[in-house]
Amino acid sequence: MLLISCPHCGERAQVEFTYERTLDSVVTLAMPPEDAMRALYERANPRGLDDELWRHSYGCRQWLLIRRNRTTHAIESVKAR
Amino acid sequence: MSKYSALALLRGALTGQKHWQPAWRDPEPKKSYDVVIIGGGGHGLSTAYYLAKHHGIRNIAVLEKGWIGGGNTGRNTTIVRSNYRQPALHNFFDFALKLWEGMSDELNFNVMFSTRGALFLGHSDSDMTQLAQRGDALTCDGIDAELLDREQVRRLVLNLDMSRDARFPIHGGLTQRRGGTARHDAVAWGYARAADALGVDVVQNCEVTGFEMAGGRVTGVETSRGRIGAGRTGICVAGNSGPVAGLAGIKLPIEAQTLQAFVTEPVKPMIDTVIMSQSLHCYISQSDKGGIVLGGDPDQFPSYAQRGLAPRIEKAAAEAIALVPALSRLRMVRCWSGTTDMSFDGSPIISALPVDNLYLNGGWCYGGFKATPGSGFAYAQLLATGTSHPLAAPFAFDRFARGATIDEAGVGPWPQLR
Ligand SMILES: Cc1cc2nc3c(=O)[nH]c(=O)nc-3n(C[C@H](O)[C@H](O)[C@H](O)COP(=O)(O)OP(=O)(O)OC[C@H]3O[C@@H](n4cnc5c(N)ncnc54)[C@H](O)[C@@H]3O)c2cc1C
Ligand SMILES: [Zn+2]
Repeated sequence: MLLISCPHCGERAQVEFTYERTLDSVVTLAMPPEDAMRALYERANPRGLDDELWRHSYGCRQWLLIRRNRTTHAIESVKAR
Repeated sequence: MSKYSALALLRGALTGQKHWQPAWRDPEPKKSYDVVIIGGGGHGLSTAYYLAKHHGIRNIAVLEKGWIGGGNTGRNTTIVRSNYRQPALHNFFDFALKLWEGMSDELNFNVMFSTRGALFLGHSDSDMTQLAQRGDALTCDGIDAELLDREQVRRLVLNLDMSRDARFPIHGGLTQRRGGTARHDAVAWGYARAADALGVDVVQNCEVTGFEMAGGRVTGVETSRGRIGAGRTGICVAGNSGPVAGLAGIKLPIEAQTLQAFVTEPVKPMIDTVIMSQSLHCYISQSDKGGIVLGGDPDQFPSYAQRGLAPRIEKAAAEAIALVPALSRLRMVRCWSGTTDMSFDGSPIISALPVDNLYLNGGWCYGGFKATPGSGFAYAQLLATGTSHPLAAPFAFDRFARGATIDEAGVGPWPQLR
């Protein structure tokens, strides 16, 4: 299990958090439809680092930006958002 | 290839068992092939088999980075069924189920397909309504589905907790008697042997690391064993679809997730059907060796680690024990995991890609083992002719842009919710 260091709450077990989506897949109201479609459905899905949005759902409920290696599970950074 | 038969066994017994041969060759890759299939799982191997068998193409290679069947084909919980609610899905999977029924004969290899039935339990009135709706949808398309009441379920599975204060009360169930399990490794081996006999080169320890492109089309692949030219190239790599399609500059509506399974020590026969649940996410069956095979949810965040999380096992075990209390007495002997392709509508992609001569078979989520023969059959037609088999046409790559997603769970572009 991952140990995630929430900037608000400190180190917590990963089961408290929910993965939401990659940073580049956030859809905004101002986006043209093609961009929104791309954001919704296209992923690089790398075997390495990606920037992800998570939520501390069973803690402070804040959104977090986590940079994480998907093969080793190593977490490079956790930032408040 | 000599045929496996009782007579051959008997003859072998009399001649000191010297008749055994390797089940498939170990060929050096050729300079080029008419069709190159990337990935030697059940799907890639069955594709090669049907290409050679039905489309007269014999110059085919299956390139596998490890050993054949070492991916999800050899890691799943072996459940085979076709009782999906969405017509595009149940029609496709039922086509596959019919191929399962004849597979051992067709391949001359015992894949131990066992029609022990696949039962979904319902734990509430709303569960039962949904199961009835699904059963109706299936019956309308001529696929077997049987709605069972509480008493019928009690008689079918003797070990369920049927008490009134059960944690998950049992109101009834929906069963597909033609469903069941199969020996997953045998499926890879059987297709490999049959494809090899038709001249297909099954090349192991050969990783595809890039595509050779000319004029906007794929003309070959770069591999750990050198460059190999290709007429058409089919990606068929289960949990690795994103990175492999990425080599051609294509992003897919897929995220990789870890899915785990585990098995108990072997015991005498105690569960003789596959048990699943409409509301829980645990599936239970007993292997032919006697172990109780259990599986649950994927990890629900992207991962290629092939190493699962204890909380998932704990949840699946807790649910399984609540359903079948006797399981609490058993020791777990092994757990393992596979990397699955979670597609954004939960359905597979069998399709041409936006680069010429390049095709994809992926996005099977946690349900592609049962598809193995149908997937190979349809993908072979696509690779041979460039046009989709009618049953595979709904699973085109561009369905997301067209708004024509096929979403059994109805959770939209959020693979972590599947
Ligand atoms: C724990 C678990 C339980 C499951 N339970 C069920 C179930 O009960 N019922 C069901 O229907 N489905 C189930 N599934 C899903 C099912 O196993 C898969 O959908 C199916 O096996 C996919 O088949 P495949 O042949 O495409 O994949 P695989 O067998 O994974 O084959 C893909 C192959 O591609 C190779 N490869 C990858 N990248 C490259 C490369 N660059 N070059 C060359 N080769 C490469 C891999 O080594 C691998 O051997 C389960 C999956 C898991 C992990
Ligand atoms: Zn927090």
